[in-house]
Amino acid sequence: MVNFPFPTWSVFNIDQTEILQATVRAAHDQRQPLTIRGGGSKAFYGRSVTPGPVLELSGHHGIIDYEPNELFITLRAGTPLPVLEAQLDAAGQMLPFEPPHFGAAATIGGTLACGLSGPRRAFAGAARDYVLGVRILNGQGEILRFGGQVMKNVAGYDVSRLMVGALGTLGVLLDVTLKVLPKPNCERTLVQTVDADTAVLRMNAWAGRPLPISATVFDGAHLYVRLSGTESAVRMAQTRLGGDRLNDTESVLFWEQVREQRHVFFQGEAPLWRLAVAPATPPLPLPGQTLIEWGGGLRWLRGAREVSGLRALAAEHGGHATLFRGGDRYGEVFQSLPPTLLALQQRLKQAFDPRGILNPGRLFATF
Amino acid sequence: MTTTPDPECLLAELREVLPANGLLSSPEDLRPYECDGLSVLRALPLCVALPDHRDAVQAVLQICQRHGVAVVPRGAGTGLSGGARPIAGAVLLSLARLKQIQDIDLANRSLRVQPGVRNLAISEVARPSGLYYAPDPSSQIACSIGGNVAENSGGVHCLKYGLTVHNILALEVLTADGEVLQIGGQAPDSPGYDLLALMTGSEGLLGVVTECTLRLLPVPENTLLLLAAFSSVVAAAEAVSAIIAAGIIPAGLEMMDQLAIEAAEDFVHAGYPRNAAAILLCELDGGEAELREQRDEVETILQRHGADRIRIAEDAATRLLLWKGRKAAFPAVGRLAPDYYCMDGTIPRQRLAEVLERIADWSVEYGLRVANVFHAGDGNLHPLILYDANAEGQLEAAEGFGQRILELCVAVGGSVTGEHGVGVEKLDSMCAQFTAAELAQLHRIKAAFDPEGRLNPGKAVPSLHRCAELGAMHIHHGQLPFPDLERF
Repeated sequence: MVNFPFPTWSVFNIDQTEILQATVRAAHDQRQPLTIRGGGSKAFYGRSVTPGPVLELSGHHGIIDYEPNELFITLRAGTPLPVLEAQLDAAGQMLPFEPPHFGAAATIGGTLACGLSGPRRAFAGAARDYVLGVRILNGQGEILRFGGQVMKNVAGYDVSRLMVGALGTLGVLLDVTLKVLPKPNCERTLVQTVDADTAVLRMNAWAGRPLPISATVFDGAHLYVRLSGTESAVRMAQTRLGGDRLNDTESVLFWEQVREQRHVFFQGEAPLWRLAVAPATPPLPLPGQTLIEWGGGLRWLRGAREVSGLRALAAEHGGHATLFRGGDRYGEVFQSLPPTLLALQQRLKQAFDPRGILNPGRLFATF
Repeated sequence: MTTTPDPECLLAELREVLPANGLLSSPEDLRPYECDGLSVLRALPLCVALPDHRDAVQAVLQICQRHGVAVVPRGAGTGLSGGARPIAGAVLLSLARLKQIQDIDLANRSLRVQPGVRNLAISEVARPSGLYYAPDPSSQIACSIGGNVAENSGGVHCLKYGLTVHNILALEVLTADGEVLQIGGQAPDSPGYDLLALMTGSEGLLGVVTECTLRLLPVPENTLLLLAAFSSVVAAAEAVSAIIAAGIIPAGLEMMDQLAIEAAEDFVHAGYPRNAAAILLCELDGGEAELREQRDEVETILQRHGADRIRIAEDAATRLLLWKGRKAAFPAVGRLAPDYYCMDGTIPRQRLAEVLERIADWSVEYGLRVANVFHAGDGNLHPLILYDANAEGQLEAAEGFGQRILELCVAVGGSVTGEHGVGVEKLDSMCAQFTAAELAQLHRIKAAFDPEGRLNPGKAVPSLHRCAELGAMHIHHGQLPFPDLERF
């Protein structure tokens, strides 16, 4: 079992639906914008806005239903991520999208609202891929349930996945159901010394072959690849790929540092940019070091940048650039959308939150 | 709203933007389009528009907007819930002629196609490069990718490889008024709301897909299929749970009951054990050593749970033959009776035995036979109710029986549709699954995309009024549903 720094109450199941609903209803009646908060570990993410009264989710926590053999878990949004992960770990299972915590107080609700996934993303899927159902409060304080506890469900629009990455602007997550998977019984990390061009080429060549890869990262000088699966599959892949093997402790620590942005690349106060691009995009002609993850699909940069040029470059390669940490957080930290798409997203916001009281401005300045 | 004051003028304008033979309006030409795969629901559209490129689709939508006419998008017409059933007075917009494979990007492992491309054709194009497209609905030789997106199609491999929503990267979509939206991209994610997820499974109510970018996966190194026969359905269901409890996620895990086995065997002669109460098909894939370990483990589990015969297909020909029996189960069962009604509920797997028992009881009660095929890994049950539409009252009995099965699926914690969609068929069942507030929220999402409600109106999400009229049938927690609505 994992040790986690939480008081014992956190394992109890506390349902605060009624008080949360009353708060949202009152805010709707008074047109009072709310700031939705889980554990506060990702308060840095998204746009900075004038804070309103805080709608606190951390008291609404606990695991409601966990059926390891059915591969799902239903829990309250304020459940701390370490509590959830310890529960899964005890049953030999995991969250396949390997979410970053960014702090001990991280909750599953905040994780999904931010839509953040970790090193396994390119190989196992993103946070949204593992959401099966939600219970939410919309901006009118109505309690709504979409999706369910089953893998396949096409009744009604996919509101569950729409909530992921919406930064709470469409609804307050009350409970979520996630698909979970068995943990691989063997993991190994290999290191190869290569240049950036070779690293991107290799990551993509590997992804086109049936190899048990679960993470890749290039730190500027070394290409790290993690293999996960049965021992025989991992051993076979290790022979094919080659490279130096990290010992198991180093391996676990290394991916945790990458995931939690404690790796040396992420240290210091310089702004952190996140570029999502087509994975085979060659190393981008940008000054400074780039950390490459997700089989080439994710590129991290540090320092002040010429924003419009950076965004044009990301768009040219099929993607977008986000000001992930630091810098001017009152500006557009997310890449702006074409006008028709922005207008549509604004209408969608109004469809859920007609009075604009749920985290207004956190995602885009205009809504 | 769905009738134009001047159909002749509308037809003339449409003819102008469509290719030769691209507009059908005589009753005999419309007849082949009167239904989709759910043939009991039929209607004739005002006309059928068959554009062959994106700009013509856009022109059709713009003309329909000017005339205030509704539009029903249609792919290959293989859907099983009436989602593409025409609406009288509306234009049926077929995407079948947009069938170009536009670009295969091997470096990024993706494929850009028009919506009319058949599902199977995609993997055929990718396979020489060692890649394939994972979702494989049983209708894959005929169904088109645009329809797969509209329905969020699954298939027999989705426990391990996901549904359509997990395997698409980008969509080009036209809104009801013909505006072009580029949703998603080659990058792992996009800024703003996840419209890619919202569009997938929206049954043609939010937009018309004119291009899809699909994610391709490497073809597994080796694949093998185990077929296990059981003398009881319960034992087979327990074996499924035990496999997953052992930490194994098979590439495919399917169950068939005795009637389905016999029908499939008569139809394709796959060598299924006719006298078994249930069979499991379990596909494993991976590297050679890994596969051998998993095979041994699964075999032991199957034996421990009472499998009385296990057959292992390692070569592609035998594997395909065994799968063929499963994939042809619907037409095979179709030979047992003049008509069959295919249900598509999902349930938590652990409730399978009791659900099948209830279905068997009702089968006696209604006097209608039922064959069951089951995507066992992901809890998606397809009871096929056999009936004869020409026999007095049998269609109504089959529909009533089906509705009860779906309500049971909801009651045990599942859903009224796993992969076939709501369409027209399951509108009433939706009233059992969702509250008035939830349905109202779904209607507001629709209005954000299509404020005039002209795209596939009346499908997928029932009106509150419809549910209120049904209300007496569904009393939740002792409360009258939709208490705010007036009742006359």
